[in-house]
Amino acid sequence: MRIQKFMLAASAATLALTMGAASAQEVVRIGTEGAYPPFNVLEADGTLTGFDIDIANALCEEMEVQCEFVTSDWDGIIPGLLAGRFDAIIASMSITEERKQQVDFTEKYYNTPPAIAVPNDSELTEATDEALSGIALGAQSSTTHSNYAEEKLPSADLRLYPTADEYKLDIASGRIDAVIDDVIVLSEWLDSEDGACCKLLDTLETDPVINGEGAGIAVRPGEDELREKFNAAILAIRENGTYQEINDKYFDVDVYGS
Amino acid sequence: MSVIQRVLPPEPPPPALAAGWSASRIIGHLFLAIWIAGSVALFLFLVGSYDSQKMIQYGPGYLSGLWITLQLVIISVVLGAILSVPVALGRMSTNKVFGALAYVYVYFFRGTPLIAQLFLIYYGLGQFRGALETVGLWTFFREPWYCALFAFTLNTAAYQAEILRGAIASVPVGQHEGAAALGLPRNVTFRKIILPQAMMVALRPYGNEIILMIKGSAIVSIITVFDLMGETRRAFSRTFDFQTYLWAAVFYLLIVEALRNLWAVLERRLTRHLKR
Repeated sequence: MRIQKFMLAASAATLALTMGAASAQEVVRIGTEGAYPPFNVLEADGTLTGFDIDIANALCEEMEVQCEFVTSDWDGIIPGLLAGRFDAIIASMSITEERKQQVDFTEKYYNTPPAIAVPNDSELTEATDEALSGIALGAQSSTTHSNYAEEKLPSADLRLYPTADEYKLDIASGRIDAVIDDVIVLSEWLDSEDGACCKLLDTLETDPVINGEGAGIAVRPGEDELREKFNAAILAIRENGTYQEINDKYFDVDVYGS
Repeated sequence: MSVIQRVLPPEPPPPALAAGWSASRIIGHLFLAIWIAGSVALFLFLVGSYDSQKMIQYGPGYLSGLWITLQLVIISVVLGAILSVPVALGRMSTNKVFGALAYVYVYFFRGTPLIAQLFLIYYGLGQFRGALETVGLWTFFREPWYCALFAFTLNTAAYQAEILRGAIASVPVGQHEGAAALGLPRNVTFRKIILPQAMMVALRPYGNEIILMIKGSAIVSIITVFDLMGETRRAFSRTFDFQTYLWAAVFYLLIVEALRNLWAVLERRLTRHLKR
Protein backbone atom coordinates (compact mmCIF):
# COMPACT_ATOMS: atom_id res chain seq x y z
CA MET A 1 0.00 0.00 0.00
CA ARG A 2 2.65 2.38 1.13
CA ILE A 3 4.81 1.63 -1.87
CA GLN A 4 1.96 2.33 -4.24
CA LYS A 5 1.35 5.68 -2.61
CA PHE A 6 5.02 6.50 -2.87
CA MET A 7 5.09 5.58 -6.56
CA LEU A 8 2.08 7.72 -7.20
CA ALA A 9 3.66 10.68 -5.49
CA ALA A 10 6.93 10.11 -7.35
CA SER A 11 5.28 9.94 -10.76
CA ALA A 12 3.26 13.05 -10.00
CA ALA A 13 6.47 14.85 -9.07
CA THR A 14 8.16 13.73 -12.28
CA LEU A 15 5.21 14.90 -14.30
CA ALA A 16 5.30 18.29 -12.62
CA LEU A 17 9.04 18.57 -13.28
CA THR A 18 8.82 17.72 -16.97
CA MET A 19 5.89 20.04 -17.45
CA GLY A 20 7.79 22.78 -15.69
CA ALA A 21 10.75 22.35 -18.03
CA ALA A 22 8.52 22.34 -21.09
CA SER A 23 6.91 25.60 -20.14
CA ALA A 24 10.32 27.21 -19.61
CA GLN A 25 12.57 28.13 -22.52
CA GLU A 26 13.36 25.55 -25.13
CA VAL A 27 16.88 24.16 -24.77
CA VAL A 28 19.17 23.98 -27.80
CA ARG A 29 22.29 21.93 -27.24
CA ILE A 30 25.27 23.40 -29.07
CA GLY A 31 28.22 21.17 -29.92
CA THR A 32 31.66 22.79 -29.99
CA GLU A 33 35.27 21.71 -29.82
CA GLY A 34 36.88 23.95 -27.22
CA ALA A 35 40.41 23.72 -28.59
CA TYR A 36 40.42 26.39 -31.27
CA PRO A 37 41.35 29.77 -29.82
CA PRO A 38 40.22 32.46 -30.26
CA PHE A 39 37.02 30.95 -31.65
CA ASN A 40 36.22 28.35 -29.03
CA VAL A 41 38.31 27.59 -25.98
CA LEU A 42 37.67 25.34 -23.02
CA GLU A 43 39.27 27.31 -20.19
CA ALA A 44 41.10 25.69 -17.30
CA ASP A 45 38.11 26.27 -15.03
CA GLY A 46 35.80 24.40 -17.42
CA THR A 47 34.03 27.40 -18.93
CA LEU A 48 33.84 27.93 -22.66
CA THR A 49 34.92 31.22 -24.16
CA GLY A 50 35.62 32.58 -27.61
CA PHE A 51 34.05 34.15 -30.64
CA ASP A 52 31.95 31.09 -31.51
CA ILE A 53 30.64 30.87 -27.96
CA ASP A 54 29.72 34.57 -27.79
CA ILE A 55 28.05 34.36 -31.18
CA ALA A 56 26.16 31.24 -30.09
CA ASN A 57 24.96 32.95 -26.94
CA ALA A 58 23.89 36.02 -28.91
CA LEU A 59 22.03 33.84 -31.40
CA CYS A 60 20.27 31.89 -28.66
CA GLU A 61 19.23 35.13 -26.99
CA GLU A 62 17.89 36.35 -30.31
CA MET A 63 16.04 33.09 -30.85
CA GLU A 64 14.77 33.17 -27.26
CA VAL A 65 16.03 29.71 -26.47
CA GLN A 66 18.37 28.44 -23.82
CA CYS A 67 21.85 27.45 -25.03
CA GLU A 68 23.56 24.45 -23.54
CA PHE A 69 27.10 23.70 -24.68
CA VAL A 70 28.49 20.22 -25.24
CA THR A 71 32.16 19.73 -26.12
CA SER A 72 33.24 17.06 -28.56
CA ASP A 73 36.40 15.93 -30.30
CA TRP A 74 36.70 17.54 -33.69
CA ASP A 75 36.86 14.18 -35.47
CA GLY A 76 33.65 13.05 -33.83
CA ILE A 77 31.68 16.26 -33.92
CA ILE A 78 29.55 15.52 -37.00
CA PRO A 79 28.77 11.94 -35.89
CA GLY A 80 27.91 13.44 -32.48
CA LEU A 81 25.41 15.79 -34.09
CA LEU A 82 23.89 12.99 -36.17
CA ALA A 83 23.65 10.78 -33.10
CA GLY A 84 21.70 13.49 -31.32
CA ARG A 85 24.26 14.35 -28.67
CA PHE A 86 23.60 17.99 -29.56
CA ASP A 87 21.33 19.88 -31.93
CA ALA A 88 23.72 22.24 -33.69
CA ILE A 89 27.44 22.68 -34.21
CA ILE A 90 28.87 26.13 -33.67
CA ALA A 91 32.57 25.45 -33.88
CA SER A 92 34.02 27.40 -36.80
CA MET A 93 32.95 24.64 -39.15
CA SER A 94 33.50 25.54 -42.78
CA ILE A 95 30.57 24.92 -45.10
CA THR A 96 31.93 22.37 -47.58
CA GLU A 97 30.38 20.05 -50.12
CA GLU A 98 31.65 16.96 -48.29
CA ARG A 99 30.03 18.03 -45.04
CA LYS A 100 26.84 19.15 -46.77
CA GLN A 101 26.24 15.53 -47.71
CA GLN A 102 25.96 14.74 -44.01
CA VAL A 103 24.51 17.83 -42.37
CA ASP A 104 22.66 21.00 -43.28
CA PHE A 105 24.31 24.38 -42.84
CA THR A 106 23.04 27.84 -42.08
CA GLU A 107 24.47 30.80 -43.93
CA LYS A 108 28.04 31.63 -42.92
CA TYR A 109 28.62 33.61 -39.76
CA TYR A 110 32.22 34.42 -40.60
CA ASN A 111 34.72 33.79 -43.35
CA THR A 112 38.47 34.13 -43.03
CA PRO A 113 41.22 32.77 -45.28
CA PRO A 114 43.82 30.14 -44.36
CA ALA A 115 47.43 31.11 -43.76
CA ILE A 116 50.80 29.57 -43.09
CA ALA A 117 53.03 30.30 -40.11
CA VAL A 118 56.71 29.43 -39.84
CA PRO A 119 59.40 29.71 -37.13
CA ASN A 120 61.12 33.10 -36.91
CA ASP A 121 64.38 31.77 -38.33
CA SER A 122 62.69 30.02 -41.25
CA GLU A 123 64.20 30.48 -44.69
CA LEU A 124 60.85 30.15 -46.40
CA THR A 125 59.72 33.29 -48.20
CA GLU A 126 56.60 32.19 -50.01
CA ALA A 127 53.76 29.78 -49.44
CA THR A 128 53.69 27.87 -52.71
CA ASP A 129 53.76 24.14 -53.24
CA GLU A 130 57.20 24.46 -54.79
CA ALA A 131 58.66 26.40 -51.88
CA LEU A 132 57.12 24.02 -49.34
CA SER A 133 58.39 20.90 -51.10
CA GLY A 134 59.70 18.42 -48.52
CA ILE A 135 58.88 20.78 -45.65
CA ALA A 136 57.21 19.26 -42.59
CA LEU A 137 53.84 21.02 -42.57
CA GLY A 138 51.51 20.66 -39.60
CA ALA A 139 47.72 20.88 -39.71
CA GLN A 140 44.76 19.80 -37.64
CA SER A 141 43.28 16.62 -39.09
CA SER A 142 39.77 16.52 -40.59
CA THR A 143 39.80 20.26 -41.28
CA THR A 144 39.48 22.25 -44.46
CA HIS A 145 43.09 23.30 -43.88
CA SER A 146 44.37 19.74 -43.89
CA ASN A 147 42.32 19.09 -47.03
CA TYR A 148 43.80 22.23 -48.56
CA ALA A 149 47.32 21.06 -47.77
CA GLU A 150 46.62 17.60 -49.17
CA GLU A 151 45.33 18.98 -52.43
CA LYS A 152 47.13 22.26 -52.99
CA LEU A 153 50.45 21.58 -51.30
CA PRO A 154 51.06 17.90 -52.08
CA SER A 155 54.86 18.22 -52.10
CA ALA A 156 54.95 19.17 -48.43
CA ASP A 157 55.40 16.44 -45.80
CA LEU A 158 51.98 16.82 -44.16
CA ARG A 159 51.66 15.95 -40.45
CA LEU A 160 48.15 15.73 -39.05
CA TYR A 161 47.46 16.59 -35.42
CA PRO A 162 44.30 15.91 -33.39
CA THR A 163 43.99 19.54 -32.21
CA ALA A 164 45.63 22.88 -32.91
CA ASP A 165 47.37 22.76 -29.51
CA GLU A 166 49.60 19.93 -30.60
CA TYR A 167 50.94 21.42 -33.81
CA LYS A 168 51.70 24.59 -31.86
CA LEU A 169 53.84 22.56 -29.46
CA ASP A 170 55.61 20.86 -32.34
CA ILE A 171 56.43 23.96 -34.34
CA ALA A 172 57.72 25.62 -31.16
CA SER A 173 60.01 22.65 -30.53
CA GLY A 174 61.14 22.68 -34.15
CA ARG A 175 59.78 19.31 -35.18
CA ILE A 176 57.83 20.85 -38.04
CA ASP A 177 58.80 23.73 -40.31
CA ALA A 178 55.40 25.29 -40.98
CA VAL A 179 51.74 25.08 -39.99
CA ILE A 180 48.59 25.83 -41.92
CA ASP A 181 45.40 27.09 -40.28
CA ASP A 182 42.92 29.92 -40.26
CA VAL A 183 44.65 33.30 -40.39
CA ILE A 184 42.80 34.53 -37.29
CA VAL A 185 43.70 31.45 -35.30
CA LEU A 186 47.34 31.77 -36.29
CA SER A 187 47.49 35.54 -35.65
CA GLU A 188 45.96 35.15 -32.21
CA TRP A 189 48.51 32.50 -31.33
CA LEU A 190 51.44 34.46 -32.81
CA ASP A 191 50.48 37.49 -30.72
CA SER A 192 50.45 35.43 -27.55
CA GLU A 193 53.46 34.39 -25.52
CA ASP A 194 53.33 30.83 -26.82
CA GLY A 195 53.55 32.05 -30.39
CA ALA A 196 56.75 34.01 -29.89
CA CYS A 197 58.61 31.28 -31.76
CA CYS A 198 56.94 31.97 -35.04
CA LYS A 199 55.72 34.44 -37.60
CA LEU A 200 53.07 34.58 -40.30
CA LEU A 201 54.48 33.62 -43.69
CA ASP A 202 51.57 34.37 -45.96
CA THR A 203 47.82 34.29 -46.30
CA LEU A 204 46.59 31.77 -48.85
CA GLU A 205 44.12 32.11 -51.66
CA THR A 206 40.91 30.36 -50.60
CA ASP A 207 39.53 27.65 -52.81
CA PRO A 208 35.72 27.62 -52.77
CA VAL A 209 35.59 23.86 -53.28
CA ILE A 210 37.93 23.07 -50.40
CA ASN A 211 37.38 25.97 -48.03
CA GLY A 212 33.71 26.40 -48.71
CA GLU A 213 31.76 29.58 -48.19
CA GLY A 214 32.93 30.27 -44.67
CA ALA A 215 32.02 28.98 -41.25
CA GLY A 216 28.38 28.04 -40.72
CA ILE A 217 26.22 26.38 -38.13
CA ALA A 218 25.54 22.71 -38.81
CA VAL A 219 22.23 21.06 -37.95
CA ARG A 220 20.88 17.60 -38.64
CA PRO A 221 19.53 17.21 -42.17
CA GLY A 222 15.90 18.18 -42.48
CA GLU A 223 15.82 20.36 -39.37
CA ASP A 224 14.84 23.34 -41.46
CA GLU A 225 12.97 25.09 -38.69
CA LEU A 226 16.04 25.31 -36.47
CA ARG A 227 18.24 26.22 -39.43
CA GLU A 228 15.95 29.05 -40.48
CA LYS A 229 15.78 30.31 -36.92
CA PHE A 230 19.57 30.46 -36.84
CA ASN A 231 19.66 32.20 -40.21
CA ALA A 232 17.21 34.82 -39.03
CA ALA A 233 19.17 35.27 -35.82
CA ILE A 234 22.45 35.70 -37.72
CA LEU A 235 20.85 38.42 -39.83
CA ALA A 236 19.38 40.04 -36.73
CA ILE A 237 22.65 40.23 -34.81
CA ARG A 238 24.39 41.50 -37.93
CA GLU A 239 21.88 44.30 -38.10
CA ASN A 240 21.47 45.25 -34.46
CA GLY A 241 25.20 45.63 -33.86
CA THR A 242 25.65 42.64 -31.53
CA TYR A 243 27.80 40.91 -34.11
CA GLN A 244 30.01 43.96 -34.52
CA GLU A 245 30.38 44.20 -30.77
CA ILE A 246 31.53 40.59 -30.47
CA ASN A 247 33.72 40.98 -33.54
CA ASP A 248 35.49 44.01 -32.07
CA LYS A 249 35.94 42.27 -28.75
CA TYR A 250 38.14 39.67 -30.44
CA PHE A 251 39.48 41.06 -33.70
CA ASP A 252 40.76 44.25 -35.32
CA VAL A 253 39.31 43.26 -38.67
CA ASP A 254 35.79 42.32 -39.72
CA VAL A 255 35.76 38.53 -39.88
CA TYR A 256 32.34 38.31 -41.54
CA GLY A 257 34.03 38.75 -44.91
CA SER A 258 32.39 39.82 -48.11
CA MET B 1 55.08 -66.14 -4.80
CA SER B 2 52.15 -64.96 -6.70
CA VAL B 3 51.83 -65.41 -10.40
CA ILE B 4 49.18 -64.03 -12.67
CA GLN B 5 46.73 -66.83 -13.16
CA ARG B 6 44.02 -65.20 -15.12
CA VAL B 7 43.76 -62.15 -17.40
CA LEU B 8 40.44 -60.32 -17.44
CA PRO B 9 38.95 -60.15 -20.92
CA PRO B 10 38.69 -56.64 -22.31
CA GLU B 11 35.36 -55.03 -21.53
CA PRO B 12 33.47 -52.86 -23.99
CA PRO B 13 33.49 -49.15 -23.10
CA PRO B 14 30.53 -47.89 -21.09
CA PRO B 15 27.64 -46.74 -23.31
CA ALA B 16 27.87 -43.09 -24.37
CA LEU B 17 25.61 -40.78 -22.41
CA ALA B 18 22.41 -39.96 -24.23
CA ALA B 19 22.90 -36.56 -25.86
CA GLY B 20 19.66 -34.95 -24.77
CA TRP B 21 18.75 -31.34 -25.38
CA SER B 22 19.74 -30.00 -22.00
CA ALA B 23 19.17 -26.32 -21.23
CA SER B 24 22.83 -25.44 -21.46
CA ARG B 25 23.09 -27.16 -24.82
CA ILE B 26 20.16 -25.22 -26.19
CA ILE B 27 21.61 -21.94 -24.94
CA GLY B 28 24.97 -22.83 -26.43
CA HIS B 29 23.45 -23.54 -29.83
CA LEU B 30 21.44 -20.35 -29.60
CA PHE B 31 24.52 -18.26 -28.96
CA LEU B 32 26.39 -19.96 -31.75
CA ALA B 33 23.49 -19.23 -34.09
CA ILE B 34 23.54 -15.55 -33.06
CA TRP B 35 27.27 -15.35 -33.71
CA ILE B 36 26.98 -17.02 -37.08
CA ALA B 37 24.05 -14.81 -38.07
CA GLY B 38 26.04 -11.75 -36.95
CA SER B 39 29.09 -12.67 -39.03
CA VAL B 40 26.97 -13.46 -42.06
CA ALA B 41 25.18 -10.13 -41.69
CA LEU B 42 28.50 -8.30 -41.37
CA PHE B 43 29.85 -10.07 -44.44
CA LEU B 44 26.72 -9.33 -46.45
CA PHE B 45 26.80 -5.72 -45.32
CA LEU B 46 30.42 -5.30 -46.41
CA VAL B 47 29.70 -6.94 -49.76
CA GLY B 48 26.44 -5.07 -50.25
CA SER B 49 27.83 -1.63 -49.50
CA TYR B 50 31.08 -2.19 -51.35
CA ASP B 51 31.95 1.10 -53.00
CA SER B 52 34.72 0.80 -55.54
CA GLN B 53 35.15 4.57 -55.65
CA LYS B 54 35.96 4.74 -51.94
CA MET B 55 38.06 1.61 -52.24
CA ILE B 56 40.24 3.22 -54.91
CA GLN B 57 40.48 6.47 -53.00
CA TYR B 58 41.17 5.14 -49.50
CA GLY B 59 42.36 1.55 -50.09
CA PRO B 60 46.02 2.52 -50.60
CA GLY B 61 45.88 4.60 -47.42
CA TYR B 62 44.62 1.59 -45.49
CA LEU B 63 47.39 -0.60 -46.84
CA SER B 64 50.10 1.92 -45.98
CA GLY B 65 48.54 2.31 -42.53
CA LEU B 66 48.48 -1.45 -42.09
CA TRP B 67 52.15 -1.62 -43.03
CA ILE B 68 53.00 1.12 -40.52
CA THR B 69 51.10 -0.73 -37.78
CA LEU B 70 52.86 -4.01 -38.58
CA GLN B 71 56.29 -2.39 -38.71
CA LEU B 72 55.75 -0.57 -35.42
CA VAL B 73 54.48 -3.64 -33.59
CA ILE B 74 57.02 -6.11 -34.98
CA ILE B 75 60.05 -3.89 -34.37
CA SER B 76 58.94 -2.75 -30.93
CA VAL B 77 58.09 -6.29 -29.80
CA VAL B 78 61.47 -7.60 -30.94
CA LEU B 79 63.41 -4.72 -29.35
CA GLY B 80 61.21 -5.04 -26.26
CA ALA B 81 62.04 -8.75 -26.03
CA ILE B 82 65.75 -7.94 -26.07
CA LEU B 83 65.35 -5.20 -23.47
CA SER B 84 63.14 -7.39 -21.31
CA VAL B 85 65.96 -9.89 -20.60
CA PRO B 86 68.09 -7.55 -18.46
CA VAL B 87 64.94 -6.18 -16.82
CA ALA B 88 63.71 -9.67 -15.94
CA LEU B 89 67.16 -10.60 -14.63
CA GLY B 90 67.12 -7.39 -12.59
CA ARG B 91 63.73 -8.30 -11.15
CA MET B 92 65.07 -11.71 -10.10
CA SER B 93 68.39 -10.34 -8.92
CA THR B 94 69.29 -10.48 -5.25
CA ASN B 95 71.21 -7.24 -5.72
CA LYS B 96 69.09 -4.54 -4.07
CA VAL B 97 70.03 -1.78 -6.54
CA PHE B 98 69.34 -3.76 -9.72
CA GLY B 99 66.18 -5.17 -8.19
CA ALA B 100 64.85 -1.73 -7.28
CA LEU B 101 65.70 -0.22 -10.67
CA ALA B 102 63.95 -3.01 -12.55
CA TYR B 103 61.00 -2.87 -10.17
CA VAL B 104 60.53 0.89 -10.65
CA TYR B 105 60.81 0.54 -14.42
CA VAL B 106 58.19 -2.19 -14.59
CA TYR B 107 56.01 -0.43 -12.03
CA PHE B 108 55.96 2.79 -14.07
CA PHE B 109 55.41 1.33 -17.50
CA ARG B 110 52.77 -1.17 -16.43
CA GLY B 111 51.06 1.29 -14.15
CA THR B 112 50.51 4.16 -16.58
CA PRO B 113 48.54 4.22 -19.82
CA LEU B 114 50.46 3.77 -23.05
CA ILE B 115 48.87 6.92 -24.45
CA ALA B 116 50.29 8.96 -21.55
CA GLN B 117 53.74 7.46 -22.10
CA LEU B 118 53.58 8.24 -25.81
CA PHE B 119 52.46 11.80 -25.12
CA LEU B 120 55.17 12.33 -22.51
CA ILE B 121 57.90 11.03 -24.78
CA TYR B 122 56.76 12.94 -27.86
CA TYR B 123 55.43 16.28 -26.64
CA GLY B 124 57.19 16.18 -23.26
CA LEU B 125 60.68 15.61 -24.63
CA GLY B 126 59.92 18.09 -27.41
CA GLN B 127 60.15 20.82 -24.77
CA PHE B 128 63.76 19.93 -24.04
CA ARG B 129 65.07 20.38 -27.52
CA GLY B 130 68.15 22.34 -26.39
CA ALA B 131 69.25 19.67 -23.95
CA LEU B 132 68.57 16.87 -26.41
CA GLU B 133 70.53 18.67 -29.11
CA THR B 134 73.56 18.98 -26.85
CA VAL B 135 73.62 15.25 -26.28
CA GLY B 136 72.89 14.60 -29.96
CA LEU B 137 69.56 12.85 -29.41
CA TRP B 138 67.34 15.44 -31.08
CA THR B 139 67.58 13.86 -34.54
CA PHE B 140 66.08 10.75 -32.96
CA PHE B 141 63.37 12.41 -30.90
CA ARG B 142 62.48 14.85 -33.66
CA GLU B 143 60.85 12.10 -35.69
CA PRO B 144 57.41 10.98 -34.51
CA TRP B 145 58.07 7.51 -35.89
CA TYR B 146 61.10 6.97 -33.64
CA CYS B 147 59.27 8.42 -30.64
CA ALA B 148 56.45 5.95 -31.20
CA LEU B 149 58.88 3.07 -31.55
CA PHE B 150 60.71 4.17 -28.41
CA ALA B 151 57.54 4.44 -26.32
CA PHE B 152 56.15 1.12 -27.53
CA THR B 153 59.46 -0.66 -26.96
CA LEU B 154 59.78 0.61 -23.39
CA ASN B 155 56.16 -0.29 -22.67
CA THR B 156 56.22 -3.79 -24.08
CA ALA B 157 59.62 -4.50 -22.50
CA ALA B 158 58.07 -3.96 -19.06
CA TYR B 159 55.28 -6.43 -19.74
CA GLN B 160 57.56 -8.93 -21.42
CA ALA B 161 60.01 -8.76 -18.53
CA GLU B 162 57.22 -9.79 -16.16
CA ILE B 163 56.17 -12.62 -18.48
CA LEU B 164 59.74 -13.82 -18.71
CA ARG B 165 60.34 -13.56 -14.98
CA GLY B 166 57.17 -15.46 -14.17
CA ALA B 167 57.97 -18.17 -16.69
CA ILE B 168 61.52 -18.65 -15.43
CA ALA B 169 60.28 -18.77 -11.86
CA SER B 170 57.77 -21.45 -12.83
CA VAL B 171 60.49 -23.95 -13.78
CA PRO B 172 60.80 -26.34 -10.79
CA VAL B 173 63.88 -25.89 -8.67
CA GLY B 174 64.67 -29.59 -9.24
CA GLN B 175 65.59 -28.76 -12.82
CA HIS B 176 68.31 -26.39 -11.59
CA GLU B 177 69.50 -28.95 -9.07
CA GLY B 178 69.52 -31.74 -11.62
CA ALA B 179 71.55 -29.67 -14.02
CA ALA B 180 73.94 -28.72 -11.24
CA ALA B 181 74.30 -32.39 -10.27
CA LEU B 182 75.28 -33.16 -13.87
CA GLY B 183 77.94 -30.48 -13.64
CA LEU B 184 76.46 -28.28 -16.37
CA PRO B 185 77.69 -24.70 -16.44
CA ARG B 186 75.13 -22.06 -15.47
CA ASN B 187 74.75 -20.54 -18.91
CA VAL B 188 74.21 -23.94 -20.53
CA THR B 189 71.68 -24.80 -17.83
CA PHE B 190 69.84 -21.59 -18.56
CA ARG B 191 69.90 -21.88 -22.33
CA LYS B 192 69.23 -25.59 -22.74
CA ILE B 193 67.16 -26.52 -19.70
CA ILE B 194 65.49 -23.56 -18.05
CA LEU B 195 64.67 -21.36 -21.04
CA PRO B 196 62.94 -24.02 -23.21
CA GLN B 197 60.71 -25.01 -20.30
CA ALA B 198 60.05 -21.39 -19.42
CA MET B 199 59.13 -20.66 -23.03
CA MET B 200 56.33 -23.21 -22.90
CA VAL B 201 54.79 -21.28 -20.04
CA ALA B 202 55.56 -17.89 -21.57
CA LEU B 203 54.30 -18.56 -25.07
CA ARG B 204 50.63 -17.78 -24.50
CA PRO B 205 51.23 -14.63 -22.44
CA TYR B 206 53.66 -13.45 -25.15
CA GLY B 207 50.93 -13.95 -27.73
CA ASN B 208 48.55 -11.93 -25.60
CA GLU B 209 51.10 -9.17 -25.21
CA ILE B 210 51.64 -8.92 -28.97
CA ILE B 211 47.89 -8.81 -29.57
CA LEU B 212 47.59 -6.05 -26.98
CA MET B 213 50.41 -4.15 -28.68
CA ILE B 214 48.70 -4.45 -32.07
CA LYS B 215 45.56 -2.93 -30.67
CA GLY B 216 47.41 -0.51 -28.40
CA SER B 217 49.34 0.85 -31.37
CA ALA B 218 46.08 2.35 -32.66
CA ILE B 219 46.73 5.45 -30.55
CA VAL B 220 49.87 6.38 -32.45
CA SER B 221 48.07 8.81 -34.74
CA ILE B 222 47.95 11.36 -31.90
CA ILE B 223 51.61 12.00 -32.65
CA THR B 224 51.01 12.24 -36.42
CA VAL B 225 52.12 8.70 -37.31
CA PHE B 226 49.26 7.56 -39.51
CA ASP B 227 48.85 3.88 -38.84
CA LEU B 228 45.83 1.73 -39.73
CA MET B 229 43.62 3.54 -37.22
CA GLY B 230 44.87 6.97 -38.29
CA GLU B 231 44.13 6.23 -41.93
CA THR B 232 40.71 4.97 -40.90
CA ARG B 233 39.96 8.20 -39.09
CA ARG B 234 41.17 10.18 -42.07
CA ALA B 235 38.90 8.23 -44.41
CA PHE B 236 36.02 8.63 -41.96
CA SER B 237 36.53 12.38 -41.74
CA ARG B 238 36.14 12.63 -45.51
CA THR B 239 33.26 10.21 -45.98
CA PHE B 240 31.46 10.11 -42.60
CA ASP B 241 30.81 6.47 -43.42
CA PHE B 242 31.09 4.21 -40.39
CA GLN B 243 32.03 1.40 -42.73
CA THR B 244 35.56 2.80 -42.65
CA TYR B 245 35.78 1.62 -39.05
CA LEU B 246 34.37 -1.77 -39.98
CA TRP B 247 37.17 -2.21 -42.47
CA ALA B 248 39.69 -1.28 -39.81
CA ALA B 249 38.14 -3.86 -37.49
CA VAL B 250 38.38 -6.48 -40.24
CA PHE B 251 42.07 -5.69 -40.76
CA TYR B 252 42.84 -5.89 -37.05
CA LEU B 253 40.90 -9.17 -36.82
CA LEU B 254 42.90 -10.61 -39.71
CA ILE B 255 46.21 -9.70 -38.06
CA VAL B 256 45.15 -11.23 -34.76
CA GLU B 257 43.80 -14.34 -36.46
CA ALA B 258 47.08 -14.82 -38.34
CA LEU B 259 48.97 -14.42 -35.09
CA ARG B 260 46.70 -16.89 -33.31
CA ASN B 261 47.42 -19.53 -35.93
CA LEU B 262 51.14 -18.87 -35.80
CA TRP B 263 50.99 -19.29 -32.05
CA ALA B 264 49.17 -22.62 -32.34
CA VAL B 265 52.00 -23.87 -34.57
CA LEU B 266 54.64 -22.60 -32.15
CA GLU B 267 52.91 -24.27 -29.23
CA ARG B 268 52.73 -27.62 -31.01
CA ARG B 269 56.42 -27.32 -31.78
CA LEU B 270 57.45 -26.43 -28.23
CA THR B 271 55.33 -29.13 -26.58
CA ARG B 272 55.91 -31.92 -29.09
CA HIS B 273 57.54 -34.09 -26.40
CA LEU B 274 54.27 -34.04 -24.45
CA LYS B 275 52.20 -35.36 -27.34
CA ARG B 276 51.19 -39.00 -27.25
